[in-house]
Order: sequence, then structure tokens, then C-alpha cells
Amino acid sequence: MTRSLAEFQDGLIEALWASEPMATNSTAVAPPADWLARLIAQPGFAVYRNTVMKGCVDALRANFPTVERLVGADWMSATACVFAQQCPPTQPQLISYGDGFAEFLQRFEPARDLPYLAEIARLDRLWLEAFAAAEEPRLELRTLSSMTPIQLAELHLRPHAAARWHWSVLPAFSLWRCNREGIDVPDPLLWQGEGTLLCRRENRVVWQPLSVGGCAFLDACADGHTLASASDLALEAQPALDFNSLLAGLFAARVFAID
Amino acid sequence: MSVSALGAGLGLKPEHYEAAHDCAAPGLWFEVHPENYMLGGGPRLAWLDAIGERHPLSLHGVSLSLAADCPPDEAHLQRLRMLAERVQPALVSEHLAWSAWRGQYNPDLLPFPRTGGALNRIVDNVQRTQERLGRQIAVENPSHYLCLDGHEWDEIEFLAELSRRSGCGLLLDVNNVHVSAHNLGFDAAAYIDGFPAEALLEVHLAGHRQDSSEHSGLLIDSHDAPIADAVWSLYERLIERIGPRPTLIERDDQLPTFAELLVERDHAQRLLERRRRHDALAC
Repeated sequence: MTRSLAEFQDGLIEALWASEPMATNSTAVAPPADWLARLIAQPGFAVYRNTVMKGCVDALRANFPTVERLVGADWMSATACVFAQQCPPTQPQLISYGDGFAEFLQRFEPARDLPYLAEIARLDRLWLEAFAAAEEPRLELRTLSSMTPIQLAELHLRPHAAARWHWSVLPAFSLWRCNREGIDVPDPLLWQGEGTLLCRRENRVVWQPLSVGGCAFLDACADGHTLASASDLALEAQPALDFNSLLAGLFAARVFAID
Repeated sequence: MSVSALGAGLGLKPEHYEAAHDCAAPGLWFEVHPENYMLGGGPRLAWLDAIGERHPLSLHGVSLSLAADCPPDEAHLQRLRMLAERVQPALVSEHLAWSAWRGQYNPDLLPFPRTGGALNRIVDNVQRTQERLGRQIAVENPSHYLCLDGHEWDEIEFLAELSRRSGCGLLLDVNNVHVSAHNLGFDAAAYIDGFPAEALLEVHLAGHRQDSSEHSGLLIDSHDAPIADAVWSLYERLIERIGPRPTLIERDDQLPTFAELLVERDHAQRLLERRRRHDALAC
């Protein structure tokens, strides 16, 4: 019987991604068709199966290096296999693979004792987004100096395409930064919320801590609020915030793009 | 950049960006997987731009999935076109294989039965790709690990017919021939001797290893070792017959220093130059 190319491809994909290698003498509900069973029985079938899985695992290991440093290569590889089975890549640009990895880690039973792991994965992901984002001209602080107070209040500050920030209720910045830089985590580590700011300077991704008010401010800017409204929201999130110092710090970090 | 100016090149790895940029070896060029550079911006693209200003580049795709029973993804073709416009590559190539299927990307180069129906589909897919890119591409013979039922075409005849009907060029991976000949039990030298010379735009060389996971006896196209002597012999046999062609050394794992890779590349360059001198003397 002649099979169409599509039938061949459907069969091979099903066999490659079967959670357990399909047994050719299996009494399972749907044993593989004869032609597929003949393929699976060959040692070369495992080469394709292993290569596909290795491609997924290698991509996740490359994309989440700080997670791997915390849990070790073996745990990371085993976890990446489970994730890949549940969420195979949909895009050939594997730098974007692992979109849901942080959420997966959050519900992953073997990671229950590491409640910060999902946050570390989120920051690795934001690093990649900052790394790969488009170029665009930065807004300099001096542009604001010629504006009247009314113009300033109505100004819309737009975060740069390569700027990423995240507030965590855990000390995620300290944990992530120390592991990313390969240095010891402070002992004792103050177990409190921390924010992270990532941006690109001179073609390198750089990071620094960011206050809860700073995260709220950038959220508001990204949502299209005016400077006046965004600063209100920042002060609401952090009443003791020194807003002028925050704004100067964000401009020094070159976080805003020319609108 | 004329393709005839390309000597022996190297697959470009991020670990080697600076050394690759600074190297002034005659005939040197670099090849990348376009999938790794389909980014909005950032340091990786900046390095590619900088290296492209000093050396010819080639885009060697792994995910166009030309042998899938569907047209290539339009969004992916568009990204490939934009990257090609940006870096103006001397060569663009892909594989006689499939990877993307029904919205899922399977990171491998998967086999298929070489039927008349598959040929029609791949001719269409190659033509569509060449139309979108506005240029010819080269299609590479993959490495094989499985005996498939239902082949109606020999691989060389299939590639030659694909080239004839679509106007594409061919890329001959000599290591893939060696690995596949061992795994499937055919004569590698006969394959090299029978490969259509006129359509051949580029040659690939790489290292392989024995399959270590099982006692399968298979060779794996692993790109993690120096090129084997048997593959160098096949390569010399090829260029002896057809003359020099742009030749690329692929190394993806167990990455040595750039200087060590360059030694291997220089060997290929010397073989190409010796063959060129032979042609010049014969004129």
C-alpha cells in the first residue's frame, strides 16, 4: 500500500514523541502500523528520537543557564525532558523555546522545595528577551530639561524594546544575580521581595535591582500612562519612594526609547 | 561576492566571534544557521554584521522543512528573506529533510520515502523558497540512520531531478555520505563519483562518531570531532573529479579553539588550491 507523505510524517512524529518507546509487540490499544513497527525496530530509530529530544533539552539548558546552575545539569536535563514532552517547540528559533518553562516549574512537583526556581527561570527568560530585542534610539534625560512642568506631566515615557523588569515577592534578584555571575549568595540572605531591571548597554545585557515603586512605574509607562499618572502609581506602590532619584536612575540605565 | 572566490570556510560559533572577525586567512568564509540570527537586534546580530563586513557569509537553514507535505511556513520564509537582505550571503542552503510539521518543530533532519509524490512536493517547496528569497538555494543530502520502505528514487537521482525541475543547486556533505554509506550499506565512493557535478555549489565536511548509546554499529553525524581520514579521502576524490568548490567545515560540539579549527580548514584550503593549480596548468 502506498502511504502519502503526510501519513508517513504523522506516524513518525507520533513514534518519535511517544512518552515510552512504542513496543512493536505491544498489546496497547493502538499498536503501531506494520510499516512504522519496522522503523521503530531498527536501532537507527533511537538516533532520531534521541536527537529530537537532545535538541529540545540543549535549547532549554542554553536558555535557562541560571536555573541549571542552581539545580545541576542532571536535574535540569531530566526536567527539560519532561517539559519537552509536554510542550514541544513550535518555532525553529530555539532561543524563544521555553516560553512556559517558569510556569511549568511552578507546578512541577519535584521542584516544590525550590519555590524560587520559577522566578529564576522568569529572569533567565527576560535576559533572553533583552538580548534579542530590536535596536531603537534611546531617550536622553536632557531631552526633558527643556520641557515645561505641564509638558512633563503629560509626557509618555516608553520603555525601550530591550528593557525588562520584574518584581518578585522573593529575593529573586539576589539569587539570580549571584548564580548568573557565579558568586556566593549573601549569607544570611534577607528573605524579602526584590525587583530586577534588565537592559542592554553597548550591546551587552546588564542588570540591577529595582524597587517595587520602580517596577510599578515602568508597568504604568508600558501601559501608556503619562509621567504624572505613572509617578502616582509608583508612589502608591511605594509611598516612601524618592521619585526623582528613581527617574534619574532609570535614565542612567537608558531604559526609555524615543517615542 | 562571487561564489567562485570562496575557498574553505568554517561554521561560525559565538565562542569564536572575535577570532573569526580578525582572521585574514585567504579564501576564508563563514556559515551560520539563520534560525539563530532571526532576532530583532542585539549582540549576536551585531557580530554577524561585523564579521559579514570582512568575510563572505552563507546561510545554512535547518528548519525550512522542505520535505514536509506542506508549503514552508510563510512567516519563516519572510524572516529568512529579511536576514538574507541584511547579510547578503554568498550562498543559501537547506536540507533534503523535514522538521516542522503541523505546528510543531522537531529539532532534527528527518527522513522520508523518496517517492514521485514527495519529489513533486519538494520541487514546489524549493521553487516557493527561491521565489520568496529572489535567489537560488542549494539542497543538501542528509545523513541516514533508517532503512525506509517505499523509496522510488535513488538519492542522487532524486537530487539531480530536484535540481533540474526547481533550478536549485546542490550541497554535498561528504561526511553524511560516509556515515550513511556505513549505516545503510552502500558504497560511499560510488555515491561521490555519481553525484551531479554541474549543480554542486558547496561541499560540507565534518566529524562523526560511533553510536555509544547501544551496540548498534551506527555512525552518528555528530559534528563533535575532527574530520576522519576516510572523509578527507572521499573529499579529495570528489574535487579531483569535479574541481574546487566552496567547502565548509562544520563543528558544533566539543568545540576546539578557533586556531585548531583553522588548522583543519587550512588543510581543505590547501587541497582546493592544489586542485586550482592543476586546472591552471592544464589550460
